[in-house]
Amino acid sequence: MTLPFLLFFAFALIAVLGAVLLILAREPIHSALSLILVMVALAVLYLLLGAEFVAAVQIIVYAGAVMVLFVFVIMLLNAGVEERTNWSKIAAWAGTPLAFFLLLEIGHFMAHSKAGEMIGTGTGAGVGASGAAFSTTELSKLLFTSYLFPFEATSILILIAILGAMILAKKEE
Amino acid sequence: MEFITNHPVLVAAVVKIAVLLFIVMTALAYLTWFERKVVARIQSRWGPYYVGAHGLLQPLADGIKFLFKEDVTPPAADLVVYLLAPFLALSLALTAIALIPFGPPSAQFPNGQYMFIVSNVDIGLLALFAITSIGVYGVALAGWSSNSKYALLGGLRSSAQMISYEVSMTLSVVGVLLLAGTLNFNGIIGGQAGHGFLHWNVIRTGHGAFPQIIGFLCYIVAAIAETNRIPFDLPEAETELVAGFHAEYSSFKFAMFFMAEYANMITVSCLATILFFGGWLSPLPASWVWQNYLPGVGLILLGIYCAWDTITEMRGIAQLQFAVVTLGLLGGGALCLIPPVASIIQGPFWFTTKVILFLFFYVWLRGTLPRFRYDQLMSFGWKLLLPVSLANLVVTAFVLIFHLLGKQG
Repeated sequence: MTLPFLLFFAFALIAVLGAVLLILAREPIHSALSLILVMVALAVLYLLLGAEFVAAVQIIVYAGAVMVLFVFVIMLLNAGVEERTNWSKIAAWAGTPLAFFLLLEIGHFMAHSKAGEMIGTGTGAGVGASGAAFSTTELSKLLFTSYLFPFEATSILILIAILGAMILAKKEE
Repeated sequence: MEFITNHPVLVAAVVKIAVLLFIVMTALAYLTWFERKVVARIQSRWGPYYVGAHGLLQPLADGIKFLFKEDVTPPAADLVVYLLAPFLALSLALTAIALIPFGPPSAQFPNGQYMFIVSNVDIGLLALFAITSIGVYGVALAGWSSNSKYALLGGLRSSAQMISYEVSMTLSVVGVLLLAGTLNFNGIIGGQAGHGFLHWNVIRTGHGAFPQIIGFLCYIVAAIAETNRIPFDLPEAETELVAGFHAEYSSFKFAMFFMAEYANMITVSCLATILFFGGWLSPLPASWVWQNYLPGVGLILLGIYCAWDTITEMRGIAQLQFAVVTLGLLGGGALCLIPPVASIIQGPFWFTTKVILFLFFYVWLRGTLPRFRYDQLMSFGWKLLLPVSLANLVVTAFVLIFHLLGKQG
């Protein structure tokens, strides 16, 4: 057991625990906090795979911006404790076999993959794998050549969302 | 012993963290003293005076007082979040300082480890922004979990303010990134080397560089707003909200918020120094060798002034205390005049000098400016600061690209 492996299992466990807490918590803020925990734990997992840039962006965008807005809105509306309903019938009948199937699939994938060997070696798919020097030029080249289409498509998607938000907010006046 | 030789990185990291934590904690304590003294001077008062010579032991007395005050927890508070908030605020504020380089990479320990930075990561700037972007939770959660209307309003104001100004702060820095081409702090500082202060990003021209003075102004305004300081201290406006987000915190939990605020001030000052003012670089040309002796001479001059003060002004126990301070300054000055020490101390000396100037600026603002109204704060952030920092980015990019095109064609 090397240190990266220990860290991997520790943070994987934290991520799963956070996800479980997110569902079980009744106070909306507690759910939001659990989600932040999941995101930070995921960022650490990215870091272990050598994807430093993705890890930092994960924290800045998700934990630092998206979730701050979540928490802000929960605070602003002073959302009360969640009400619990009886379990829905569809979830019980369709969900249980699907969950079982998903577990089976993950188990199958894990038994046959070599992903475990990648942890801590810095050979992950991320930009700026440790060892190689990270530069903004290198990153920009990747963004504007190999990944140009997804990059531009996402930008336009975000722009549309911003415009939509502005139009929705304007209606009130 | 074998463990120490086998793990040079780990051992160096532990030593550096311990030393840095001690220095930062002391600096935080004396920053409160510095602030009270400077504001008192601005307002024609004495400031702390009775605990120790010139009130120098006041931070210690305050610390002891914080520890022994009754720790009140509001009965309606959400206990887990209420306890989590101050820890989150302080630990994140202190973690950010681990990324700051206080000196050049050439200063190394015997085992080859970089002496003046705890964690020299490639994505330094992004990592710092990642840590500070989570920092807002300390304030927001404190406001929510106290279950008090003043605290909640403070928390809400703070979240809205930090989200608004974080955008401008990040954009104002991208101009520097264009010039540096790296996110590593030492890379950014290294790019500003040569010709003394004329080559710092804030006024640098030539080779496609657009002076980042506008970027710097945007950054410093956004940074003051990010740290919730006057004139942007609406989250804790005492005339409106009692004490804002930390109204329900007492004893050492309050002290933790206080320390977090000061640690954040130090972090943004360090960042301003690194990005715009050449970090640990000297403002004088490297060819002037005598500048190596400036720190030592400066300390000795300060020591001589203190000695004069001790003899003429001080009486009784204060005279004894100040004599110790004087001897410390003179001894430190003499130590800094030894050539090997003098060359190592260069980087940290210039870095801390610049950071102290920024901290003085912070305190100066506090003594000078009134507080913004909330709508002024929002319209200033979104309608002025954001467009200006965007324009700065666009102009910087254009100047750079025309320079590059000119070189090719």
